[in-house]
Amino acid sequence: MSATINSFQQRIDRADNAAELARAGRREQWGLVALVLPAAAFVVALMVIPLVWLFWQSITDQSGALTLMNYVRIFTEEGTLATFQRTFVASLMVTAICVVLGYPVAFLAAVSKPRTATIIMVLVLIPFWTSVLVRTYAWLVLLQRTGLVNQFLTWAGVVEAPLALVHNLTGSVIGMVHIMLPFVILTLYSSLTQIPADFGRAAASLGARPGRVFRTVIFPLSLPGLVAGSVFVFVLSLGFYITPELLGGGRTVMVSMLVQRNIDLYFQFGSASAVAFVLLAATLLILWLADRVVPLGKILADR
Amino acid sequence: MILLERFHRVAIASTVALILLFLTVPVLIIFPVSFGDSASLRFPPPGWSVRWYQAFLGSRQWLAAASTSFEIATLTMLIAVPIGTAASYGLMTCRMANARYAYVLLMTPMIVPIIIIGVGVFAVFSKMGLVGSMWALVLAHVLLAIPYVLLTVGAGLRSFDMNQEMAARSLGVNRAKAFVTITLPQIRTSVFVAAVFSFLSSLDEVVVALFIARGETTTLTREMFMSIREQVDPTIAAVSSILVSMTVLLAALAYASQQRSARRAQGA
Amino acid sequence: MTRSRAGFDTVSIRALTKDYGVTKALDGVSLDVREGEFVSLLGPSGSGKTTLLNILGGFDRPTSGQVFFGSTDVTLLQPHLRDIGMVFQNYALFPHMTVEGNIAYPLRARNVGSAEIARRVADALTLVELAGYQTRRIGQLSGGQKQRVALARALVFDPKLILLDEPLSALDKQLRESMQIELRQLHAKLGATMIYVTHDQREALTMSDRIAVMRSGRIEQLGTPTELYNFPRNDFVASFVGESTLVPLQRSDGGSVSLGTSRLRTGRPVPQDGPIALAVHAEKLILDSPGEGEDWNRFDGSVSDVIYQGESVKISVRLDDGASVGLRQHCHHRSMSSLPQVGSRVKVALHVEDTILVPCDAESVPQAHAA
Repeated sequence: MSATINSFQQRIDRADNAAELARAGRREQWGLVALVLPAAAFVVALMVIPLVWLFWQSITDQSGALTLMNYVRIFTEEGTLATFQRTFVASLMVTAICVVLGYPVAFLAAVSKPRTATIIMVLVLIPFWTSVLVRTYAWLVLLQRTGLVNQFLTWAGVVEAPLALVHNLTGSVIGMVHIMLPFVILTLYSSLTQIPADFGRAAASLGARPGRVFRTVIFPLSLPGLVAGSVFVFVLSLGFYITPELLGGGRTVMVSMLVQRNIDLYFQFGSASAVAFVLLAATLLILWLADRVVPLGKILADR
Repeated sequence: MILLERFHRVAIASTVALILLFLTVPVLIIFPVSFGDSASLRFPPPGWSVRWYQAFLGSRQWLAAASTSFEIATLTMLIAVPIGTAASYGLMTCRMANARYAYVLLMTPMIVPIIIIGVGVFAVFSKMGLVGSMWALVLAHVLLAIPYVLLTVGAGLRSFDMNQEMAARSLGVNRAKAFVTITLPQIRTSVFVAAVFSFLSSLDEVVVALFIARGETTTLTREMFMSIREQVDPTIAAVSSILVSMTVLLAALAYASQQRSARRAQGA
Repeated sequence: MTRSRAGFDTVSIRALTKDYGVTKALDGVSLDVREGEFVSLLGPSGSGKTTLLNILGGFDRPTSGQVFFGSTDVTLLQPHLRDIGMVFQNYALFPHMTVEGNIAYPLRARNVGSAEIARRVADALTLVELAGYQTRRIGQLSGGQKQRVALARALVFDPKLILLDEPLSALDKQLRESMQIELRQLHAKLGATMIYVTHDQREALTMSDRIAVMRSGRIEQLGTPTELYNFPRNDFVASFVGESTLVPLQRSDGGSVSLGTSRLRTGRPVPQDGPIALAVHAEKLILDSPGEGEDWNRFDGSVSDVIYQGESVKISVRLDDGASVGLRQHCHHRSMSSLPQVGSRVKVALHVEDTILVPCDAESVPQAHAA
């Protein structure tokens, strides 16, 4: 008593039905795609197209002829090359300091009781949500010659005369560390809390002391989050504008400031674009390299 | 996960305390400075006064800038959240293979350095003669907010059980009605957080504003930036403290609602 | 809430295929379900049963083929217009609404008046034995209660067809078994057509009027529980339904079949060509010879394991010609007092009417070892 079916009929049904079904399926899918179009329109109109135009500017000169001069000038002009170097080194410094300062905080928050962890994370989130401008201004106040930091240092006898902590590279770095540190802490915290608590307990039950547990189990497992956070901060520092501009005193020029000056002062889209695209290329290259080591997308999305 | 020996615990805790101090003091210092009676940012100030608040509230320029910033932030939020939510929903439910590329495309404003976006947007709007127009800034801020709305609402959608929408449709409502009556109420926390974020990110945005906002449409951030650069007076401190208080309040609201919904999800 | 189900007879599935790239989730499935019938789709994961259910519900579109409700082609019809009830494995209840809100949802979608809604919600709750639960929140309910609310929600608007996707698999064993019986009674009371997806053969046997056994996107066999159990069409159906062992057999000249050296007698039809196997139901094997007679096939072997399982004992016997069979015996005083020891020699008997022969794929059956 099984279902019998005329196989000839089967073939006919299959033939003229499939096309109609496929069409209906496509219609439904395009309906859903329509939901994505407004957002996509923004990104294409305000980012993709301008970038293409900027790129075109970077490879043409005033008369419209193709030229690589803008790019060549980056590598031949002393000032420009030095700017790139300075930006790169500063970003490295900022990243390194953030990692060193950030890991203990994330670690403590991850191993503490929920109440303590919340308090720590709130104290990290408050500066995170505070405007960059406000924080930069605060550092201006704190780092000036008569500011709190210098007052404390002279009072404690660490130095004899107030240090020049602002309007130079030092000020920029300190300011940038303050801005970037919460990123590293948040990414690391997320990574650390995803390590199952059982892992540490298992290692301990096998005889490992806390130091060894950390070295061999916890730290290695936190590396993806660490790498993701560091890369993100490094890339962010490379392109950072506000803090270096306000705390660097005009003498420490970073790549972003170079771009801004070229546009604002000289209205030279060509050279500004070239610098911008070298920055963009460096950013994408670093992100791509990091993504091969660690699944960046997944980690950063789960913040 | 790890049982620390007492010595280590104390050492780590004190280090972390110092670092947290480093993080929070700058935010807190703004408040006493704003109440200080000194034009030269001396700290501790010689006396206390509210003159910088009066300076801010009495200055037409500052107030105009503040009101422009709020307007722009509100408009940004009102545009970015719906189109971001729609995009997030569309990407999640459509079964096209190219959805991944669309997702990456929509995330790029977060990856491209903001200075480059600023230049690009400036180029577009100066060609259209819209530099200095408020809407130019709104559109630019929406662009910047889209990735974050996608991330936040996307996370909310992913932790939502889509079977409920299927159930609703089997019970007789079409997709749109199912979304409004079933899905949206349950992802409202994510949408709220996305809204707060869009608002705050627009309010605090500096770089694009520096390029585009001019004259009449100057924003709070632009005024503050100029003021800091020219080292004018501690009115900035008063503005900053108001800004910080508002930001922290909104952020706390967003955080609290997120915690509440997480707890509700566990209890359910 | 017994109503007549007028105006809707069979659910017809015609030649459904569903391709995902190169994978064929459904490979030409056809099925007619009569009005008021309870049909189970039984199969392992990946067999296509959930895909089929989703297509019936309208959430998935087939690559080709048609679905008819009565004489209406509903293949392209949107889910919310199909007037079907669906019950999901994880209930899919709306946590932000009360029980009343959930059950009333389909009624509100159909613009039913509020007095009528209240009455029908109360009726539905009574039907699933949760009378008075209107104002409870979903989070306060137990698993079994949630499932009942899901059922009530799917029934309250008198759907023509009810689809159930492994609705009981999230419940523990005791609850599952009692809900199976309740569902069966509910079905009898309502007279609704129900299509039920499960991977649990016992569940399917308990509840269904007919079962469609599925594998790799095709229906292997469609029939009543008795038919499937006693007349499996091939080795897959035989091993999937019921507790049976498959023992490869050899053909000899003259059209006879043997297991190793013993010739098999059977009252059943013998499959014509190809490799065949014996599908042995554990409860049909009898220890020791029940006297002489042509009605029995007898084998010699030794006991390899005796497992006490409460109400029955499972005895594994290694036959002399290499095959291993499982034998199940109910425990009562007489059988328990004569339980064999591991290693002891026994005779095992199978009635000729219980000697089921099925065609098999050469690879799917473990080869007999030389003794």
